[in-house]
Amino acid sequence: MNETSLHRTPLYDQHVKLGAKLVPFAGYEMPVQYPAGILAEHNWTRTHAGLFDVSHMGQCALIGPDFATTAKFMETLVPADILGLAPSQQRYSQLLAEDGGILDDLMMTRSADSLYIVVNAGRKNEDFAHIQKHLPEGINLKRLDNLALLALQGPSAVSVLMKRDSTARDLEFMFSTRLSLNGIAAHVSRSGYTGEDGFEISVGQEDAAALWQLLLDDAEVKPVGLGARDSLRLEAGLCLYGHDIDETTSPVEAGLLWSIQKRRRLEGGFPGAKRVLKEIADGPARKRVGIRPEGRAPAREGTLITDASGRSIGTITSGGFGPTLGGPLAMGYVEAASAKASTEIRLVVRGASLPAKIVTLPFVPHKYKR
Amino acid sequence: MPVKFSKDHEWVNVAGDIATIGITNHAQEQLGDVVFVELPPVGKKVTKGGDAAVVESVKAASELYAPVTGEVVEVNKELERDPALVNRGAEGNGWFMKVKISNPAELESLMDKAAYDKFVAS
Repeated sequence: MNETSLHRTPLYDQHVKLGAKLVPFAGYEMPVQYPAGILAEHNWTRTHAGLFDVSHMGQCALIGPDFATTAKFMETLVPADILGLAPSQQRYSQLLAEDGGILDDLMMTRSADSLYIVVNAGRKNEDFAHIQKHLPEGINLKRLDNLALLALQGPSAVSVLMKRDSTARDLEFMFSTRLSLNGIAAHVSRSGYTGEDGFEISVGQEDAAALWQLLLDDAEVKPVGLGARDSLRLEAGLCLYGHDIDETTSPVEAGLLWSIQKRRRLEGGFPGAKRVLKEIADGPARKRVGIRPEGRAPAREGTLITDASGRSIGTITSGGFGPTLGGPLAMGYVEAASAKASTEIRLVVRGASLPAKIVTLPFVPHKYKR
Repeated sequence: MPVKFSKDHEWVNVAGDIATIGITNHAQEQLGDVVFVELPPVGKKVTKGGDAAVVESVKAASELYAPVTGEVVEVNKELERDPALVNRGAEGNGWFMKVKISNPAELESLMDKAAYDKFVAS
């Protein structure tokens, strides 16, 4: 894609003003970092509150005659229990292909008669087309391209929001509410992609810049780019679509079984149920695992994983440096027999076979509000 | 001899037949926070334009290409302990290696500071 055809979020001018380094990402010109740099932004998010522009992500609403009808339809596309969502409750799931591969991962929130959905930027057109294609009479997909999305993440996030609307404190993890932030109407969920307590804030694009500035005016808040967003989610053991999960990986292989609730495991009735239920019963042939290289050298995506004898057992799907961990870290798929924590493996980096260990995920403990 | 610069964003400071080599301040700004540096073993022969070291930021790995041909006679061990030295002092304490030059004529093809600054700005 050439640069002139890149989209900009409603916060583009704010990024430029802050001196962000802008890069093409999923068709958007996005801030990869601000002048503070990825390490400082990462550490600030873990100790204070980081503000992210994630307006490139795809927001939509699925609107039907009543919630049960909408939920039942969505359950034909994802393996999560949608029907069982309480009002304002949010759930993580995956759009599955007929063979059980993952078309995208997404967040869904019950909102009155509708389902509010957030999908990945790089997949939104495909996802919306996929949902549209399966829509029955009476349910409509409404793209919410007129909304911006901000994420406020870190231990100070709740106190920052409470200064604007004290009810923010009572919002439970994976629930959403309407807040008025200095008069700006926002749809806020207690969730995120960093492993920290935090919020995702959906607002009209015309209010995005004012809300961004309002939050940045708080001394606890600094802007954070996509670079630190990646190192934060990697330390939290969270999947990045197109890397750790894709059309070749199933939710069971990816370690996402927790996102398939019991009723759906019993009843099936979602795309790829045959493969998914078989993998639940027999165990998958390969599993997504956490990996810690023993030296200092990061092992990047695509790195070959072998056993001690040099036999190939898998591939790294995300790898880099964890600022909070203070060393290199990676996620990847290995054959099931080698997936146990503390298994010794080797990583082939620039021709050298480097020692590493399988570790349990996440690398850095989650600090969600529980 | 004044410091010379390559199009691959390395600097070379020559004293006698020994060239001290590092990456430019512009290069470290582009890379961002450096978290790992892989240096060649002392005694390794490097070739102008060939791989000589690896520098990794949080985001990605990049190569340092040898700006001159020769033999590595010393490496900056401090970078293994403190890779961020590359960010703090790219054109000083953050040097990578010293190379005994085998073909001084190669230095002619490198840029002086004014030419490098112009190259970066273009």
